[in-house]
Amino acid sequence: VTVNLTLVLTAAVLVGCGTVLMLERSLTRVLVGVILLSNGVNLVLLLAGGPAGPAPLVDKSDPDAPTTDPLPQALMLTAIVITLGTTAFLLAMAYRRWQLSGFDEVQDDVEDALVARLARADEPSDTFAPSHDEDPDEGPDRDPDRSPEETRRRTRDEQRRDTP
Amino acid sequence: VNLLVPLPVLLPLLGAALTLVLGRAPAAQRVISVGALLGVVAVSATLVVQAELDGPQAIWVGGWPEPLGIALVADRLAAVMLLISSIVTLAVLVYSIGQGMVDDAESAPLSVYHPSFLVLTAGVSNAFLAGDLFNLFVSFEMLLFASYVLLTLGGTESRVRAGTIYVVVNVLSSMLFLVAIALVYAATGSLNLAQLSVRLQELPEPVALVLQLMLLLTFGIKAAVFPLSAWLPDSYPTAPAPVTAVFAGLLTKVGVYAMLRVQTLLFPDSPLTELLLVAALATMLIGILGAVSQSDIKRLLSFTLVSHIGYMVMGIALATPAGVAGAIFYVVHHITIQTTLFLVTGLVEHRTGSTSLLRLGGVARLSPLLAVLFFVPAMNLAGIPPFSGFLGKVGLTSAAIELGTPLAYALVVGGMVTSLLTLYAVSKAWSLAFWRTPQEAHETAQAMRREGAVDADDQADDVTPDDDNEQDLYQLIEQDALPRQRPRTMVGATAGLLTVSLALSVLAGPLFAYADRASRDLMERDPYVTAVLPEELR
Repeated sequence: VTVNLTLVLTAAVLVGCGTVLMLERSLTRVLVGVILLSNGVNLVLLLAGGPAGPAPLVDKSDPDAPTTDPLPQALMLTAIVITLGTTAFLLAMAYRRWQLSGFDEVQDDVEDALVARLARADEPSDTFAPSHDEDPDEGPDRDPDRSPEETRRRTRDEQRRDTP
Repeated sequence: VNLLVPLPVLLPLLGAALTLVLGRAPAAQRVISVGALLGVVAVSATLVVQAELDGPQAIWVGGWPEPLGIALVADRLAAVMLLISSIVTLAVLVYSIGQGMVDDAESAPLSVYHPSFLVLTAGVSNAFLAGDLFNLFVSFEMLLFASYVLLTLGGTESRVRAGTIYVVVNVLSSMLFLVAIALVYAATGSLNLAQLSVRLQELPEPVALVLQLMLLLTFGIKAAVFPLSAWLPDSYPTAPAPVTAVFAGLLTKVGVYAMLRVQTLLFPDSPLTELLLVAALATMLIGILGAVSQSDIKRLLSFTLVSHIGYMVMGIALATPAGVAGAIFYVVHHITIQTTLFLVTGLVEHRTGSTSLLRLGGVARLSPLLAVLFFVPAMNLAGIPPFSGFLGKVGLTSAAIELGTPLAYALVVGGMVTSLLTLYAVSKAWSLAFWRTPQEAHETAQAMRREGAVDADDQADDVTPDDDNEQDLYQLIEQDALPRQRPRTMVGATAGLLTVSLALSVLAGPLFAYADRASRDLMERDPYVTAVLPEELR
C-alpha cells in the first residue's frame, strides 16, 4: 500500500500536540488535547483505507478505476460521533468542576494526597523542633494537615457561603 | 442463524429507550428494567445450553452477505460470561431499586439511572458477543459512556474529581484501540475476528507483534493490569454502592475477556507469554500490597480487585488449555464474589454511615446478618478451601506447575503470597469493622487523635468528603442515631448473589468441566471460525 506522506505527518503532529495537551492539569486543555488526538487518530483510520479513488456507488465516471475503500470512512464517522459525545461530557464535567471549586484543574488522586500528608506528618513535631519559637510559619494557628491548596479552597468556600 | 444471539444487546437497549421516555414514572422504569434484565438472563441461559449442545452460535446482523455485516458470536466462553454477567447485573439492579426506596434523595438513583444502567448492560453483552474488532470498540464505548454517567451521578465534588481521571484515562485507551484497529485493517484488510485469525498468521512477525502489543495495551488499561492500573482504586470507591459493585464485577472483566479472546483466537503462538506472566505477577503483588495499607473498606476492595485480575491474566499468559480453563473459571467466580463484597459494603455504609475501618466497630453485634454476608465472600475471595476461590486458585496453580518454567513457578509462589495477603487484608477489615466493640474503636480513634497522629478520618474523608458525619459508630449508637428502616430488598439481592456464589462452589465440578471444554474450543480455534465464516471465505 502506498501512503500519503502529508496525511501521515499531519496525523503525527495532531497526535503529538494532543498528547502534550492531555498531560496538562487544566481540564479544558485536556479537552482540546482529546479533540486534537481524536482527529489525528481519524486520519490514521483514513490512511488505513489505502489510496483515494472514485467514490463507490456514486461516482461512475471511470468504472475500471479502483474505488475508495468505504469501510474506514464508516469507521471514522462512528469515531467522530463518539468523540463528539466524549467532548460534550468532558465540557460538562469541566463546567461542573468550575461551578464547585472555581477552577477546573484535575486534582491529585487520593493516594497521592495521602502519601504527601504522611510525608508532612513525618516532620519533627512542634514540641520537638528546637527552633519552633523562631519560625513564624509554625505557629499554633497553622493546620499541619491542610495543604495550601486545600486551605485556599476551603477559604473560598467559606467566603461563598457568607455572600448571599 | 440463531435469532437469540442479538437479544442480550437488544433487550437492554429497548429497555433503556423506554425508561428514558418514562423518566417521570419510576415505578414503570423499575418494571421495565427488571423485565429486560430477566429476559437477558433467560436468553443467556438458553445460549449456554445451545453453545454446549450445538457449538458456537453466530449471526450476521443486517442480512448482508458475509463478510460484510456485523457478526455476533456466542461460543461457550461468551455464553457463560453473558449468563453470569446478566445474573450479577440483575441482582445489582434489584439492590439499587431497594436503595432508592430507603435512602435520601442525594445518593438515590435519579431518573437517568435506569437508562444508563441498561445501556451499560447492553454494552457489556455486546462486548462478549462481538465478532469483530470495531464492534468490540463500539461496545466498549457504550459501556464506558454509561459508566461515565453512573460514576458522576449527582455531580458531587468527589465524584467529579474521580470521574475526571476515569474519563480521561478511558478516552486515551479508546484512542489507542482505534489506532490498533486502523493498523489491523491496514495490515490485513479485515476486522472480523474469524477472518483475522487466518490472515494474521500470514503477516510478517514484527508487524503481528506490533498489532498484538497495541491490542494488549488497550485491553490492559481496561482490565487494570499492573502498570496501567492506577486509575481504578482511585475512581471506583466514590460512586454509589451498587454502581461500584457492578463496575467492579463487570467492567474490568470485559477487558480480561477481550484479552482472552484476542490472545487465543488471533495470536495463538503468542511470543508475549513471558511479558504477560511478569505483568500478572506484578499486578497480583502490587495490588494486594496496596490493599493491605488501606483504611477504608471500599478502597481496600478496589485494590484486591486489581490484585485478583493478576490471577486471570496469569491463566491467559500460561496459554495452555488448563491455564485458560482456570482463567475462565476464575473470571466467573470473581465477578460474583467481588460484586457481592461491594454490595455488602454498601449495606454496611447504609446501616452505619461509614466504610472507614477507623470509625467502624462491632458491626457483627449490631447486625449478625451483615457479618455473615461479609464473612463468607471475604473468605471465598481469600481462597479458603471449600469455596470456589480456592478451587480456581488450585486450577491455575496446577496449570502453572504443569507448564513448569521458572517463571511459572514464580507465579505459583506469587499467587500463594497474594492469597495469604488477601486473607490478611480481609481479616483486618473483619476484625476492625465487625469484631471489636464500638467502644474499642472509639477509644483507639480518640487515642490516635490525642497523639496527633495523621488524622484518623482523613482517608475516609477523601473518599466521601461531603459526608459531614464526623462521629464514629460508638457515638452514633450512644445517641441512638442509626437508621431504623430495614433495607429488605437490598439484603435480599445481596443474599441472592451470595447464594449464586455458593452454588458456584457446590457446582464447581461441572463448571470446571465446562470451562475445560470452552478452553479447548478456544485453543483449537476451528469451532469458532467454522461457525462464523462460510466455507469459501476461510
